[in-house]
Amino acid sequence: MYVAVKGGERAIEAAHEWLAEERRGHPAVPELSIAQIREQMSLAVNRVMAEGSLYDPDLAALAIKQARGDLIEAIFLIRAYRTTLPRFGASTPVDTGAMACDRRISATFKDLPGGQVLGPTFDYTHRLLDFRLAADGEAPAAPRREASPAPVPRVSEFLNREGLIEAAVPDDTAPPDLTREPLELPAARALRLQALARADEGFTLGLAYSTQRGYARNHAFVGELRIGTVPVEMEIPELGFAVEIGEITLTECETVNQFTGSKSEPPQFTRGYGLVFGQTERKAISMALVDRALRWEELGEDNVGAPAQDAEFVLYHADNIQATGFLEHIKLPHYVDFQSELELVRKLRRNVEASQQQEAAE
Amino acid sequence: MTDRDYNFAYLDEQTKKMIRRAILKGLAIPGYQVPFASREMPMPYGWGTGGVQVSAAVLTPDDTLKVIDQGADDTTNAVSIRGFFERTAGVATTTHTKDATVIQTRHRIPEAALAEGQVLVYQVPIPEPLRFLEPRETETRKMHALEEYGLMHVKLYEDIARHGHIATAYAYPVKVEGRYVMDPSPIPKFDNPKLSDCPAIQLFGAGREQRIYALPPYTRVESLDFADHPFEASKADHPCGLCGATDSYLDEVITDDAGARMFVCSDTDHCEDRQPRGHRGKDAA
Repeated sequence: MYVAVKGGERAIEAAHEWLAEERRGHPAVPELSIAQIREQMSLAVNRVMAEGSLYDPDLAALAIKQARGDLIEAIFLIRAYRTTLPRFGASTPVDTGAMACDRRISATFKDLPGGQVLGPTFDYTHRLLDFRLAADGEAPAAPRREASPAPVPRVSEFLNREGLIEAAVPDDTAPPDLTREPLELPAARALRLQALARADEGFTLGLAYSTQRGYARNHAFVGELRIGTVPVEMEIPELGFAVEIGEITLTECETVNQFTGSKSEPPQFTRGYGLVFGQTERKAISMALVDRALRWEELGEDNVGAPAQDAEFVLYHADNIQATGFLEHIKLPHYVDFQSELELVRKLRRNVEASQQQEAAE
Repeated sequence: MTDRDYNFAYLDEQTKKMIRRAILKGLAIPGYQVPFASREMPMPYGWGTGGVQVSAAVLTPDDTLKVIDQGADDTTNAVSIRGFFERTAGVATTTHTKDATVIQTRHRIPEAALAEGQVLVYQVPIPEPLRFLEPRETETRKMHALEEYGLMHVKLYEDIARHGHIATAYAYPVKVEGRYVMDPSPIPKFDNPKLSDCPAIQLFGAGREQRIYALPPYTRVESLDFADHPFEASKADHPCGLCGATDSYLDEVITDDAGARMFVCSDTDHCEDRQPRGHRGKDAA
C-alpha cells in the first residue's frame, strides 16, 4: 500500500546534521581554523575570492571550511553573501603599473628593466611528493633582498614605443556592472573581461587551451605576468579627494599576440588581457587568451567558428555557479514531467505496434 | 520566527523595486520576456531562484504563501522554499490552494480553480520557447520581435509527420493574446488549458537566465496546434487510487518489486481535500 511520502522537512534537517558531522570529520583530529586555511590553503582562498567576486581572505577561508573544501560550493557561499552587501560606492581604477610586484616575468624578453622576478612559483619545482611535509611542514626562511621601490615598467610599453603593438586607447566610460544589470549581447570588451574575471577557472582554461590547439589560434606570448599588491583608493565626496582604503593582491597578464594584419589593421602585435584577484596566474593567462580570441571582430579577423570566438557561448557558460546549479538541479524531482513523457512514449509505441499488426495482417 | 539580519523576504528594497518594475513591464506586455538583473540567491540556480525572487518581490506581510513542487506541498524543495520565506518574511503559510494569496510552483498548476486576488509564481528553467530550435539568445530575441514563429510550427509539424503526434508532453509552447509564443515552464501539457482566462495573476521567474514574464488575469493563452491536429490535454488514463478523481493529473507510483503500480493525484492538497468528503479510490486504506 502506497503512503504519500511525508516528512520532507525532517529528512532535510537530518541530512543537514549529517552534513555538519561529515564536515567536521573525525572528532579526534584537530579542527581546522580559518587562519590555517587562509595561510596554508591560500591559492584555494584566492580562487574563491576571484570567482566569488569578493576580496576577503577570511570570508573565503570560512566558505572553504563550510564547503568541506568544495571550491565551487565555497564560491557559491561567497556570491550569495556578496549579493546582500550594500554598495557604498566604487573605487577609483587600481593602477597595476604601480604594483608592488612579488612576481613579474616576461616570456618575450630575456631581460628588461625591472628584471625577471620569479617570486613564489611552482614553475620549476619537480612535482615529487615531499613526504617530509607529512611529518613536518615547517619551512626554512627564504633568502631575502631589498626590493627596488621604483614602479616596474610594463613590457607592452616597450613595444608600444616602436608602434609594434596596437595602442590601448584609454577609455573613461564607466564599465557596466554584470552583477547589477542583466547580461545583454553584444557585450563590450569591458563587460566580457568582467565576466571572464569571475568565470570558472577550469572552463576558462579549457577554452584558452582550445585556442592554442588551433580553434581560433592567436599565437599568444606572455608579454608580462605580474603578481603583487596594489592600493585601493576611493573618492570620498565629503573630502573631495581619493583616500586609500586598503590593499589587494592581483594577478595581471598581458599577452602579446601575433597578428599579420587585416583589411582594417596593419600588421602589428595585438593584446589579450587578464586580471584576477589574488595569486591566480593560470586563470589570468587563460583569461588573456580568451579575451584575445573574443576580439576577432574588432580586429577584422575571420570567425572560424571556434567556441572561444563566440562571445555568447563563452559568456553564457563561463559562470560556474549558474552552470553547477542548473546541472545539479536535475537531481530534483521531475516526476510530473517524466510522467507526461511516459504517457507519450506509451502512446507512440501503441501507434507503432498497431501499424505493425495491421501490416502483418495485410 | 523571522531572521532579523535580513530584510523582509530576504531581498533588499532596491532589488525588489527593480524586480517589481520587471514584473509590471511583463504584465504590460503579456508573454514578453523582460530581462532583469537576477541576484545570487542562497539556493542554487535551478532550485527556483527566479520564482523565489519574484515571490520575494510581491510578498507583503499580510500574504499567505503556498509552495508546491510537482504539485505537492511536501516535496523537499517545496519544504525548503516555504521554510525560507517563513524564516525571512515570517508570512503565514498554507497547503490549501484556496487559502493562499501567493502560490509558488514548480512544474504544476493547482487543480482547484484560482481566483482573483491570487498570484501564481512559476519557477522557470529555460524561459525561451525557441531555445532548443535556436540556441542563440541574440537570434531568438529577434525572432520574437519579428513574430517569426515558423520554425516552431515546422518542428511541431515534423513531430506529427514522424510520430503522428506532437512529441512534446510538458513545457508545451503557447501563444499569448495572439502575439508572443511563450514557454509555460515545464508543466505537463495537461495543465496548459488552465493558463488561459485565469482570474489570478501569473508570474514567471527565470533566475539563471535573468528573465521575468507574466500573464495578467483573463489573458487568452492558446496551446500551439493545427486545425487537423488540435491540442489535447492528456494524462494517465486512470482514476486516482486514493480519492478516485478522474479529472486530476496523476503520478504513477511503483508499489512493489513486481512492478505493481498505482496512480495518485500529483496535487496533494486536491487529493487530501477530496478524501474526507467521501471520495475514495480503489487503493485507499
